[in-house]
Amino acid sequence: MSPIENVSRRRFLTGGIIAAGALVLGVRYYHKLPSGDKLPHDTNADHATLHPNVYLGLDPDGTVWIVASRSEMGTTSRTTLPLIVADELDADWKRVKIEQALGDSRYGDQNTDGSHSIRSFYDAMREAGATARFMLIQAAAQQWGVPAGECETDLHVVVHRSTNHRTDYGELARAAAKLPVPKREELKLKPKSAWRYVGKGQVSYDLEALVTGKAIYGMDARMDGMVYASVERPPVLGGKVKSYDDKEALKVAGVHQTLPIEPFQQAPAFQPLGGVAVIADNTWAAFQGRNKLNIAWDNGPNESYNSDAYKNELRATSHNPCKVVRNIGDADAVFAKAGKVYEADYYVPLLAHASMEPMVALAEFKDGKATLWAPTQNPQAVQDIVAKEVGIAKEDVICHVTLLGGGFGRKSKPDYVAEAAVLSKKMGRPVKVVWTREDDIKFDYYNAVASMYMKAALGADGKPTAWLQRSVFPPIPSIFDVNAVYGDPAHLQQGWTDIPYDLPNLRIENGPAKAHVRIGWLRSVANIYHAFAIQCFTDELAHAAGRDPLDYLLDLIGNPRSIDFKGVEYPNYGASMDAYPWETGRLRRVTEMVAEKSGWGKRKRGKGTGFGIAAHRSFLTYVATVVEVEVNDHGEVRIPRVDTVLDAGLVVNPEATRAQFEGAAVFGTSIARTGEITATKGAIDQSNFQDYPVARINEVPKQTNVYIVDSDAPPAGVGEPGVPPFVAAFCNAIFAATGKRVRDLPISKVGLS
Amino acid sequence: MIQLKVNGVEQSFGGEPEMPLLWYLRDVLGLTGSKFGCGVGLCGACTVHVNGQATRSCVTTMRDAAGKEVTTIEGLDKNGLHPVQKAWMQINVPQCGYCQVGQIMQAAALLSSKKKPTDHEIDEAMSGNICRCGTYQRIRAAIKVAAGGTT
Repeated sequence: MSPIENVSRRRFLTGGIIAAGALVLGVRYYHKLPSGDKLPHDTNADHATLHPNVYLGLDPDGTVWIVASRSEMGTTSRTTLPLIVADELDADWKRVKIEQALGDSRYGDQNTDGSHSIRSFYDAMREAGATARFMLIQAAAQQWGVPAGECETDLHVVVHRSTNHRTDYGELARAAAKLPVPKREELKLKPKSAWRYVGKGQVSYDLEALVTGKAIYGMDARMDGMVYASVERPPVLGGKVKSYDDKEALKVAGVHQTLPIEPFQQAPAFQPLGGVAVIADNTWAAFQGRNKLNIAWDNGPNESYNSDAYKNELRATSHNPCKVVRNIGDADAVFAKAGKVYEADYYVPLLAHASMEPMVALAEFKDGKATLWAPTQNPQAVQDIVAKEVGIAKEDVICHVTLLGGGFGRKSKPDYVAEAAVLSKKMGRPVKVVWTREDDIKFDYYNAVASMYMKAALGADGKPTAWLQRSVFPPIPSIFDVNAVYGDPAHLQQGWTDIPYDLPNLRIENGPAKAHVRIGWLRSVANIYHAFAIQCFTDELAHAAGRDPLDYLLDLIGNPRSIDFKGVEYPNYGASMDAYPWETGRLRRVTEMVAEKSGWGKRKRGKGTGFGIAAHRSFLTYVATVVEVEVNDHGEVRIPRVDTVLDAGLVVNPEATRAQFEGAAVFGTSIARTGEITATKGAIDQSNFQDYPVARINEVPKQTNVYIVDSDAPPAGVGEPGVPPFVAAFCNAIFAATGKRVRDLPISKVGLS
Repeated sequence: MIQLKVNGVEQSFGGEPEMPLLWYLRDVLGLTGSKFGCGVGLCGACTVHVNGQATRSCVTTMRDAAGKEVTTIEGLDKNGLHPVQKAWMQINVPQCGYCQVGQIMQAAALLSSKKKPTDHEIDEAMSGNICRCGTYQRIRAAIKVAAGGTT
């Protein structure tokens, strides 16, 4: 076999070596290695001479092995997390080798989603590096007969200044490995002034491989003896094969056979959708054979689903009282007495991820074990679902994580990996399942379609005296429980229950909606539609009140304070409210800064141009964005410039962070301009980039300027938070330029001419 | 038998003449640098050079590639240091990187016909290549660097 070179140079060792040689300590986010010889998989770090924890190894030649336990899909986390280890170790980055972890619970959480890789692993990475540095200093001090307290480190060396001793880390590895692993309390972390890499950043470890075509994605996984599979799936969720005829398919040159895949049981979760697989010598033959299949489907109850009718249902639900999820004061009493109330409906359709690499996975089921190579955001979920689908123990599922050609949340859901495993078990040989773009668009876990009803009464000063907001959307828990119809706290928190305005009377509600397609996380998730509704409605009220949108937004945010969530279920993205309070002062600050950076109110507006502003906190990061648009007489929109300011606490890799926010503006452009998935009789209407267009170079912001607030607050997310405020600011800019209010996305459907 | 040259090496292919060049490169020759993104010529991830022209290999059949000289990312520069590749690294263009091979092949073809493309010419030449991560701003900057300008 010719496995993937850059994934993991696995060395199969007999039992006992790890137990004898490895020094294991427990830090917060990984579990201890199993005792004795029961080590399922291993890394070079595991077998390095000095191996104080699962993330790190040091060999006598000075090579530092750092294990990237989270997936790389373009956010640079595979580089940035090891950079934290290297910094605390005082290691020379040029002598660091990064290896990708297999799916393994010893690394703690590996689901690379929710913009929390840095936040959740920052401390663990520092401790991992500091532990090794501590041991190297101890080893050097013993060799030199000097107090360890007098020794320090410089780049990859331990130094004792007064005696002029200076020894490379590699030469100390063996001695250090004999020392006890220090307790966490003994570690002395480097002061900020001594940081080498954190806050300065680094380009991707894989940069050269990425520009030379050598980088290995899931699509590029190959194995001797493998066959290729393409699967025809039920066009309607929950559908089943009634019967099928594969005579013509089997005539296609290169096609070996066809195999049915069982439909999922109960809720879809991450199970295969079912259907018929065509197995062939190469990808193209599998596609061709599949085109010749003749399948009769039983579509099941979701055949009743039509997007136009569904939109009306959501809207109707939102116009009636729903479940109250947060309440302050008595909004209804104010509305009853108010002279004029303002109301608006906002709508965001289903959205597809459309990562450039379609779903793909290679599986080998052999001797009761399943080995997988997959572009997955969540290798432990792969282990779980594959174990269940092929009937083996989780420990017998070995998941190699390749690079991901984009993920955006889709590749947290390993249904496609399960398909490969099921087929390999049936075939008794390695199988690579390749999804077409059409499969990717039609069988996604879509970002929820959502309808938001907004209502406000304004006082004499133009500020809202009462505010009501109702959202209705099929919730993500519906993929696990088909009866789940209400928004759950983890998604209502995303820019809805945490509206940051200082309002005397506020009621927030959520209504029921049944899902007819698989709903899932997509970059920024519920923040997309929540921020769109709140930030555009704010802009509407500013104009109604005759106020400048920036001043009005700042007025509503109010004085700096921590939002009190008493009586509200507010998970705060899994972070503690003590470490990550919701500070309106930080939102205010980024808003003021973006006004200044963008020249808000100062730049000249030509014909058909307009500026829009929005501010939003998501994934614990505060962002404000100003978008400038030009709309010509034909309704064609250009985006000459975007300014965005973010406060994500400590930013480890500013360069990668800027890239994420530049990309977020593009991702937001796609959502706002053309993003829409619809269904007719339960089947998805779109299929490829001609009917699910994503933004191209001539359609995106010409210049996106990203400004990072210098902050010592704990690190927060950067992959997702740029998207929500962009979409709202963009639509507000269109209003400023044209006087046309965008309340239903996408803009392409409404038109601006 | 179809004869063609891939990265300077003579190859012959006896399979289905309707097979797209992309799958021949990837599945038969094992040259996986060129990527599958859409299969219908809409995204540009599969872009290679056929007789020097940027070409979507996913919609180019082996019949059409017969007798031609095909260059993939693996053959663009033997050291991976084509001016476009160097510029891509200098500007730190890639995020996930999946589309970048196609972007680089497209940009290299552009610069071989236009030494100093304007913004408009860059947009025209590159608008067939989708980047879902949204690296377009850097792609434009990197093309200018490769063209010998400054950012």
